[in-house]
Amino acid sequence: MKHVLMLAVSAAALGLGAGAAYAECGISAGSVRILSNDFEALRTINTTAEECASDTVKVTANATAEHKNIQVPALTINPAEYTVAMVANNSIVPLMNDDLIRPLDDLVAKYGQDLQPSQLVKIDGKVMAIAFMGNGQHLFYRKDVLEKAGVQPPKSYDDVLAAAKAIKDAGIMEYPLAASVKPGWDLAAEFVNDYLGTGAEFFAPGSAELAIDNENGLKVLEVMRAMTQYMDPDYLTFDANEIQKEYEAGNVAIMNEWGSLAGAILDDEGAADGVVENTVLAAAPTIGGGTVPAAALWWDGFTIAKNISDEDAEASFQAMMHGISPDMMMAHKDVATWLIKGYEPGPAAVGVIDNANAGARPYPMQPYMGLLHTALSTELAEFMAGSEDAEQALADVKAAYDVAAKQAGFLQ
Amino acid sequence: MPHKTFFAFVMPSLIAMVLFIALPIVSVVVQSLYVAHDRVMVQVENCQPFGGCSTELRVDAAATAELQAEQPLGKFNGLGTYFNRAHLAFDELGVILQTNRGLGDIWNRVLNLPFYKGLIFTLVYCFVVTPLAMALGFGIALAVNALPKVTKGPIIFFSLLPMIITPLVGSLILYWMLSPNGILGATIQHLFNDPTLSLRASPGLTWIALLLYGVWTNGPFSFVVFYAGLQTVPADTLESAMIDGASRWERIRYVIVPHLMPLATFVALVQLMDNFRVFEPIVGFSAEANATSLSWLIFNDLSGDTQQFGSAGATSVLTIIGVVILLSPVLVRTWREFKLKVV
Repeated sequence: MKHVLMLAVSAAALGLGAGAAYAECGISAGSVRILSNDFEALRTINTTAEECASDTVKVTANATAEHKNIQVPALTINPAEYTVAMVANNSIVPLMNDDLIRPLDDLVAKYGQDLQPSQLVKIDGKVMAIAFMGNGQHLFYRKDVLEKAGVQPPKSYDDVLAAAKAIKDAGIMEYPLAASVKPGWDLAAEFVNDYLGTGAEFFAPGSAELAIDNENGLKVLEVMRAMTQYMDPDYLTFDANEIQKEYEAGNVAIMNEWGSLAGAILDDEGAADGVVENTVLAAAPTIGGGTVPAAALWWDGFTIAKNISDEDAEASFQAMMHGISPDMMMAHKDVATWLIKGYEPGPAAVGVIDNANAGARPYPMQPYMGLLHTALSTELAEFMAGSEDAEQALADVKAAYDVAAKQAGFLQ
Repeated sequence: MPHKTFFAFVMPSLIAMVLFIALPIVSVVVQSLYVAHDRVMVQVENCQPFGGCSTELRVDAAATAELQAEQPLGKFNGLGTYFNRAHLAFDELGVILQTNRGLGDIWNRVLNLPFYKGLIFTLVYCFVVTPLAMALGFGIALAVNALPKVTKGPIIFFSLLPMIITPLVGSLILYWMLSPNGILGATIQHLFNDPTLSLRASPGLTWIALLLYGVWTNGPFSFVVFYAGLQTVPADTLESAMIDGASRWERIRYVIVPHLMPLATFVALVQLMDNFRVFEPIVGFSAEANATSLSWLIFNDLSGDTQQFGSAGATSVLTIIGVVILLSPVLVRTWREFKLKVV
């Protein structure tokens, strides 16, 4: 029976191309329980980490889009329901706020020989998370459509708007632009992207006081509204997945879309003729005379729960090191923009790398950023629908944020 | 029945009601009176893969946990949460009433407050959908009742379909049908000869779509109850009405409707309660930009990166108060009828 199991595990490992059997993880005993978001790169890491399972080591993984809602309660109980929580810039914050994850310095020293210094997320000098991939929204455009309309590839939002006008006037497309501006998380992320591009800060230094009610905020809203005149009238119902479909159907010439979806867009499935071969990935445009791409840079990484035994923590760290090993990355190069040693960006990673090289800023990690994101997600809806002016929208965001921040104890 | 036996009979359900209805409500009320402790913040150096290191504020988890241990519920805030901008917004209402440019301005600015925006759509949904759905249900019941026996079964089954389908799925189906690529959306564009017409883009059309969905999904419940009620209409009375020369319309007006009136009160009660917590169609139709409801506000507080329990609790309590106010006329009427019968 054991032979059969070994054979199956090795076969699975070979089939995945990772070329590693469980013996390589070097874990003596422990339980590894992974909680992660649900997309291909993370699923790949989960499956690779699961190869570490043996008679004495149990590895389970739960990949779910609801991870943000369950991570805090699941890690609060003792022992925690999950030993590993995969997080990003924003979702690490609630775990930090409630002190639910442990510093990893000793584990990094012991097992982190494959890690690069840039992968370590350090807070107050302590390594709290290990990042393994980057992500962000950037431009996807159709070079054939731009050529036909006689415009150069856009570098700034002014270029994007000019290109959209040229495409529309030439009668090539009725709605050449797309962006994920569905009220909710997507709309707020769009504002955050653009505001980061202005170079300004969201909060007054050293406090939770909101500081977006200024000419930068107005400029961002002006651009966001100007874009909508070249978008499908249903734009308020379009999230990132929806604009991906519209783009693949050949209805859109220029869009701002997640780098993690580039692989799915560039593959030979689901796209209309001429879309894939004419798609160019580039850094997000600059905004209002700014110099950096108007896009937030995101990292995805893993954290280890605090409320678990040291043995489980060690086993979890080792299993995750196997999950994000250079071997795994080499076998799945095109799945993500990896931060792992030895990675050479493929065609799907160009956009995110361009963003990073052009100096795009990371999504803020302040403890109250989530409250601002929620306030933006509801209060900008009316502005985007055209039933409110920009000053009122910014005032509403500030009012909603102030109420929430007082409730949460960040503002007195 | 002796009191003791009576209590023995109802005790299990009483216990269940206290455990599953009363206690959670008490807990929500208590929660709505508290907000989080003031966070103890510290400046720390923060390094991440992009952007290098920067000095930022962090929550001092240990100090905050100490506060939490002293007062686990949080900081007492009294009714503060109820009066803030996210809820009843008394301060903001005061300012609007003092400095406005006429009724239209008041209306727009009140609609800009999240609670009132949600409340207004919720009330419109309640008072438009409930009577229309009841009328639709009654109409179907009358029609089905007049059918020959063989066809009744399948037709009843089809009429019940909207109720069987999960509300979220039902609203998604209608949403897709109304999209410009969908059969209804494309037909509407063709009929009005306007290729840019989109039900999802304008607030008015979105409201109409949501209300139509509400009537569609609520109709079957009224239908089932009224159809059952129709089976109890005394045949003698109907026959004598016919002998007196009453037309079908007059029989409905003077015999059937009065007979079904107590049932109608019951249906109205249930449907008002149901419609007051309208939620699924807003999510299904992606209508957050144009229409929100009280339940949606609660959902919005609890989802996202940070959960706001106090705020959600306050909205929940206000929703319960709303249901009580809404139902009071019907409840008072039922109570009076009950007392009349006893006397």
